[in-house]
Amino acid sequence: MNKIKIRINDIVCRGEKGQTVLEIAKDNGIYIPTLCNYEGIKPQGSCRICTCMIGGRMMTACTTPALDGMDIVTNSDELEKFRATIVELLFAEGNHFCPTCERSGNCELQALGYRYKMMVPQFPYSFAAKDIDADNPKIMIDHNRCILCKRCIRRKKEKDNPNWFVFKKRGAKVQINIDHELTADFTDKLAQQAMDTCPVGAIIRKEKGFDVPIGERKYDKNPIGSDIEGLKE
Amino acid sequence: MAKKITIEPVTRVEGHGKVTIHLDDNNQVTQSRLHIVEFRGFERFVQGRPYWEAPVLVQRLCGICPVSHHLAAAKALDVIVGAGTGDGLTPTGEKMRRLMHYGQMFQSHVLHFFHLAAPDLLFGIDGDPAMRNVIGIALTNKELAVQAVMMRKFGQEIIKATAGKKIHGTGAIPGGINKHLTEAERDSFLNGADPMNIDKMIDWSLGALDFFKGYHKNNKDLIDKFAAYPSNHVSLVRKDGAMDFYHGVLRGIDSESNKILDDIDYQNYLDYIDEEVKSWSYMKFPYLRSIGKKNGWYRVGPLARMNTAEFIPTPLAQKEFEIFRAYTNGKPNNMTMHQHWARLIEILHSAEMMKDLLNDPDLLKGELTVKGTKGNEGVGLLEAPRGTLFHHYRINEKDQITMANLIVSTTNNNIPMNKAVNLAAKQFMNGQTDITEGMMNAVEVAIRAYDPCLSCATHALGKMPLEIKLIDKNENVLDRMLKNG
Repeated sequence: MNKIKIRINDIVCRGEKGQTVLEIAKDNGIYIPTLCNYEGIKPQGSCRICTCMIGGRMMTACTTPALDGMDIVTNSDELEKFRATIVELLFAEGNHFCPTCERSGNCELQALGYRYKMMVPQFPYSFAAKDIDADNPKIMIDHNRCILCKRCIRRKKEKDNPNWFVFKKRGAKVQINIDHELTADFTDKLAQQAMDTCPVGAIIRKEKGFDVPIGERKYDKNPIGSDIEGLKE
Repeated sequence: MAKKITIEPVTRVEGHGKVTIHLDDNNQVTQSRLHIVEFRGFERFVQGRPYWEAPVLVQRLCGICPVSHHLAAAKALDVIVGAGTGDGLTPTGEKMRRLMHYGQMFQSHVLHFFHLAAPDLLFGIDGDPAMRNVIGIALTNKELAVQAVMMRKFGQEIIKATAGKKIHGTGAIPGGINKHLTEAERDSFLNGADPMNIDKMIDWSLGALDFFKGYHKNNKDLIDKFAAYPSNHVSLVRKDGAMDFYHGVLRGIDSESNKILDDIDYQNYLDYIDEEVKSWSYMKFPYLRSIGKKNGWYRVGPLARMNTAEFIPTPLAQKEFEIFRAYTNGKPNNMTMHQHWARLIEILHSAEMMKDLLNDPDLLKGELTVKGTKGNEGVGLLEAPRGTLFHHYRINEKDQITMANLIVSTTNNNIPMNKAVNLAAKQFMNGQTDITEGMMNAVEVAIRAYDPCLSCATHALGKMPLEIKLIDKNENVLDRMLKNG
């Protein structure tokens, strides 16, 4: 028998052995926010935004395999405050100027900021001096906006689609770095794939900004999570 | 005893400024200056950013006329992406931008005339400051106040439909626009429930002109003589000489109507215009190179546009234009308070233009953008509500901005505003032993005629503190007076 039953927020949810808590929650219409997680990429649980109370312990839903009979809480006040704090820390750490960012309206971090009603971060901005890598003919990396989720690095590799990004430097100075040799003849399609993998506006296509009007962007009508929660317009 | 009067901040204008007036022992004005006390730095911090971000970023210079900056930057970037120098866009691209721009002109002029300037006319320059503001208008003339609010709303709804948002939208992108108008939006603007339709806006624009002309008839001295002085005038005009707020050639005339800028291509503006820096203001002082620093300054804005244009290409505004021009027998009009008259004619023209554009099917369908051979430098000019606006960008081979030069309308009007301040100060303060609040407001009235956008903010409902210091020759403060402090 591969079928399992778990309780999420006192609701009995059915899933299959081998699924993560996050996957079963999603299949059962329960939204758990994520940032570093991305469909088709092995989860790593680094952003901690999907942290839930699993069997009385705080654990990341994206990396925890579901076991029959598990008891999970995803939406307590404590967890929601914890998630809001993570979002605020990410905003305070980078230089995120949503009003002029072309990813505004399509940005997962911004969408979570709205979900958690973030008005003013409680932490001081770091205003770290970060630069833009604009050497590639098709894409730019704006380090000011990078949240180091590593989605671009962990992305599923294929034959014509090798490892374009790596980490460089260490500790607080760590940055994603683009392999300029591998991406020298980047096509528009590959550039779009690279941009789509990024949850924020750190990887952007050149010469393509703001072409989706306000009102038609991903989160303009449907807030993040509404597709899972069944609230989609 | 010599005195120095400081008016800080100047009220019912957009942004922060102050005025200093020096009086000698005989209470004669010896010097007066309008100081701009803010530093913004947009030209610097746009450097390094991707060029397509500029129209969205630089528009945050202003919360009243962001569309002007948005479009001027987009026009400059059109040149960079090879979409021509103002007339190379697709019909949809150009017409959507024009609709956005005329909606902006309409709402900004309405804001200025009704909310900021009209209180001086309705309650008098030396009227009770407690009433001399837009709230006073609402209390005493509800119908006029409602018109002002609804007209502004109409213009803002046009901006929202074309740019995505009423303030700081994203509609214009390099090479065109990112959306069409929907049929529902078009129908609502053309035939919306009273009063939110374009015909009502035209009616109200005519009504506002009648109001001003009636006021003018009874107050000729104030409207014709207040801070009037001869000057050069500069604006864009269409190639055939028609008034055009969105695109054209740069034309300049002197106070006698002689051409001093002969319909030049604005891509070469640096060959004709330079800017001087002075230690006492963050605002630069532009001048025409051919005439020099001393006499090369010029006025921009509604009055200048009325003087440089040969006609207005919409019938009702053209009729008003003919009356306006006939008032000075076809000669350039140099009367500062006639800025308001000119502004009201432009409100009418904008409403007529919006109606024409709304009836154009190109807004509903067609290609949105066009691109050609990429360059590394572009200049975008247009006529913003307050006058000619210059945006100039250079980019590197990595698509990052390396240089930005913005000459905003209020900067072009820097010396004219200082002239007007000086004249008003002399007219109202020379020989007076007691300086009253009304006299100081007269100085502000002179500035307000230009509708200066001293920054991006609009704080002013007549409630901002006004501080006056009496200072002796040794800079000791002898007396201090506070208004609304």
